[in-house]
Amino acid sequence: MREFWHYFKNGLLGENPVLKLMIGLCSVLAVSVRVDNCLGMGMAVIFVLTCSSLVISLMRNFVPNEVRIPIFIVVISTFTTIVDLVMKAYLPPLSKAMGIFIPLIVVNCIIMARAEAFASRKPPLYAVADALGMGVGYTLVITAIGVVRELFGYGEFLSHPVFPESFQGMMAMILPPGAFLLIGIYIAILNWSLRRAKR
Amino acid sequence: MSTEFLTIFKIIVSAAFVDNIILARYIGLCPYIGMSSSVANSIGMGMAVTFVMVLASIVTWILWNYVLVPFGLEYLRIMVFILVIATLVQLVEILLKKNVPNLYRAMGIYLPLITTNCAILAVTFLGVDYGYPLFQVVIYSISVALGFTVALILLAGIRERLRLAKVPNFWQGYPIVFIATCLLAIAFLGFKGLVK
Repeated sequence: MREFWHYFKNGLLGENPVLKLMIGLCSVLAVSVRVDNCLGMGMAVIFVLTCSSLVISLMRNFVPNEVRIPIFIVVISTFTTIVDLVMKAYLPPLSKAMGIFIPLIVVNCIIMARAEAFASRKPPLYAVADALGMGVGYTLVITAIGVVRELFGYGEFLSHPVFPESFQGMMAMILPPGAFLLIGIYIAILNWSLRRAKR
Repeated sequence: MSTEFLTIFKIIVSAAFVDNIILARYIGLCPYIGMSSSVANSIGMGMAVTFVMVLASIVTWILWNYVLVPFGLEYLRIMVFILVIATLVQLVEILLKKNVPNLYRAMGIYLPLITTNCAILAVTFLGVDYGYPLFQVVIYSISVALGFTVALILLAGIRERLRLAKVPNFWQGYPIVFIATCLLAIAFLGFKGLVK
């Protein structure tokens, strides 16, 4: 159980997939305009990541090494298709807001990287712990960016107005430059705090 | 004739600049950050991406219109497209290595990276979603790849300069690259509204 927490915590900060490993950036920047989109995307990624890590870890002793990548791709795309169809059926507005980025979960480097580096080598329990940690770490970062972008871009939080009527949204925060700026600032802050903690 | 030419011109400008795949759509950021350390690298990567993108969009367009849609298998799109791209990249790599070793040396090392490049998959999805005929899909994918290459080379140029600049301690490495990207994205906002 202690090891479970160890692998879980690993993804949250020390090896955060987005800020530290620099993977899975596309969806982070594209979806983070509103907080509810961020949470939806986070849930979708956690689901696909955990399920595919579990399956890949269970299969790790039967899969020949030469064909492992295509097999990983098939597993990941199966779960992505499930998420895509379920979201289209039950959450059409959310699915529309995220558009092409739901199918693009299949090429989200986080999932492939964890499958290759972790899930295909470790027993199922640890693979799930790692996947959950990475997924939650991803969701934390994307939500942290989403909160700032929604607050300054629309003056709202979860679609509820926060600022008085006279507030005018900052266009730059909704548009791509704001996203790039924020993620740059976040990485700098994380570097700074990690280096301070080391001292 | 002239309206057809105009449509194609619109596709080129909007795909390459107005809706630039990296700076306006945020797709393909991993290779953008990873491969932009020098201009030479980024040119090689741009070539490889262009090559695979055009091939992949032609193959997936044919599959979509003549296999998946007639048989009612649209829900298999994600799986079929990603597998086709992965196979295609392997095939291209083997063929190039055997027949065109010069070209392979120029862009061979970038090919394996392209399998999980979301830009390729996104272009095949978008080409199908927009409902372009085959010729326009080819034009579309070439211009998206052009936009990708332009953005990559621009950032590589900036990063070569940045190496000589004095960057504050915590901003070294990735943070300053993102700030530079932010400025590039602001510049590309100038293209907004160019094509209606």
